[in-house]
Amino acid sequence: MAIEILPTTARPTERTRISGLRCRGCGRAEPIGLSYVCAACFGPLEVEYDYAAAGRTLTRASIAERAPGMWRYFELLPVEAPPARGLPVGSTPLLAADRLAPALGLERLWIKDDTRNPSLSFKDRAVAVAAARAVGFGVEALACASTGNLAGATAAAAAALGLPAYVFIPADLEPAKVDHALAYGATVVPIEGTYDDVNRLCLELADETGWGFVNVNLRPFYAEGSKTLAFEIAESLGWRSPDVVVAPVASGAMFTRIARGFDELAEVGLIERRPIRFVGGQAAGCAPVATAWAAGTDVIEPVRNPDTIVRSLAIGNPADGRYCVALADASGGSIEAIDDLATAAAIRDVARLEGIYPETAGGVTLAAAAAARRRGVIRAGDEVVALLTGNGLKTPDARTLGAGNPVAAAGRPGLAPAIGPSLAAFERWMGGAA
Amino acid sequence: MSTVRIPPTLRASIGGAKQVEVTGATVREIVAGLVATYPALGAQLLAGDGELNRFVNAFLNDTDVRHLQALDTPVAEEDTLVLLPAMAGG
Ligand SMILES: Cc1ncc(COP(=O)(O)O)c(C=O)c1O
Ligand SMILES: [Zn+2]
Repeated sequence: MAIEILPTTARPTERTRISGLRCRGCGRAEPIGLSYVCAACFGPLEVEYDYAAAGRTLTRASIAERAPGMWRYFELLPVEAPPARGLPVGSTPLLAADRLAPALGLERLWIKDDTRNPSLSFKDRAVAVAAARAVGFGVEALACASTGNLAGATAAAAAALGLPAYVFIPADLEPAKVDHALAYGATVVPIEGTYDDVNRLCLELADETGWGFVNVNLRPFYAEGSKTLAFEIAESLGWRSPDVVVAPVASGAMFTRIARGFDELAEVGLIERRPIRFVGGQAAGCAPVATAWAAGTDVIEPVRNPDTIVRSLAIGNPADGRYCVALADASGGSIEAIDDLATAAAIRDVARLEGIYPETAGGVTLAAAAAARRRGVIRAGDEVVALLTGNGLKTPDARTLGAGNPVAAAGRPGLAPAIGPSLAAFERWMGGAA
Repeated sequence: MSTVRIPPTLRASIGGAKQVEVTGATVREIVAGLVATYPALGAQLLAGDGELNRFVNAFLNDTDVRHLQALDTPVAEEDTLVLLPAMAGG
């Protein structure tokens, strides 16, 4: 699956649909460009839309006629039109998890299965928007600072567009994630240090190189891509929102943009505005946002040395942390800190009970749903959507934490010892196991 | 004098230089010295209470000063202070 040429049923709307960039700190307006911080106050810039203009062509009927994929909602994304080239991202299924729900103490649970995007994580959504813009800005190369999944997503998108990719990662990242980025032809630069060290370096490099760092100088566009998770969930539910959304939190960009996505759907009249509680999950070994939420403050104390198997969420200094605390509080949600054993157990449960195999962030999310139910944030009868944002094949060692590698016997799952290719050998093994 | 590296967003306020030399015994003194010489930086860097505004992170020799003694972290002559926007996500 390489390049998908999108049908042109969706025509570009007038330019006024995208109003420009606006500072989240002081409200100062900036024109669309490779800028990402406010010149007045250093605050983050966000894309602003004219919702009346967007809503003129974005209707349930127009969307229904469009091809599958995240660009079916392009009027609420910062592009003039769906890009001509790119990977087929989005339109992932929303699955009823009836077997897993009781194990988590829930009654109605949906899983948004984003383990199956082109590079096997939701990061393809963010990168697709950043890459579409990067092409317009004429950057020489795509680049990123990554906790793992963004590496593969950036490398894959660059390959599909014919751009060089420079991927910066902590040197001790999971081998499967490193290999994934290498497979797409990226230049992978391991950095001795934590993700936060990598991120600081890339902030300086973005200024020096002029490359398009998807999560630095393209960040206002990158962040918008995650809204399509909300758009798809609402469409899958028949154009309505659930009671509770549970999602993992690293920088907090996705968690906050899902809320923005539902908000915008109400703004353009695609759904009725109903309260949604937002529950975030972090690994206990790197939980700056959960810690702040529990302490009732929005001042995030950075974690210097994350200690967790959940490498994809190991950001000690999360940029959107305070906005995550505010969202959890304002919506009646929570931010849960999950220990690694619970994460691993949740990965095993969802794989065994639903046939969906998520990476560590997915284990955190499911364990966070259970924790929020115990806390009473999720109530009896609630309709809950949990986001599984990355694929378990990327974190193969996580699954067995606390469980060992069980040996299979008759009626017991696990890896059987090698046996000879004969009926007698098989019968001997079955007999011995019984 | 210690070195302060200036990101592009702030360079206009200091006449375009990428880095400047500033005298000060702590991060707080360095930032104060910087703002005294280039008053336009004050609005960009400082909050009302004189602390760094919440969107600014300061790194001394590549370590976030919040992991050291924050604004009271001692600074030596050969040290380099970098001011960067608070932004992370991967
Ligand atoms: C699988 C997965 N889920 C969730 C996240 C969290 O994303 P954010 O940084 O937007 O909070 C990441 C970040 O790397 C990730 O890889
Ligand atoms: Zn501002």
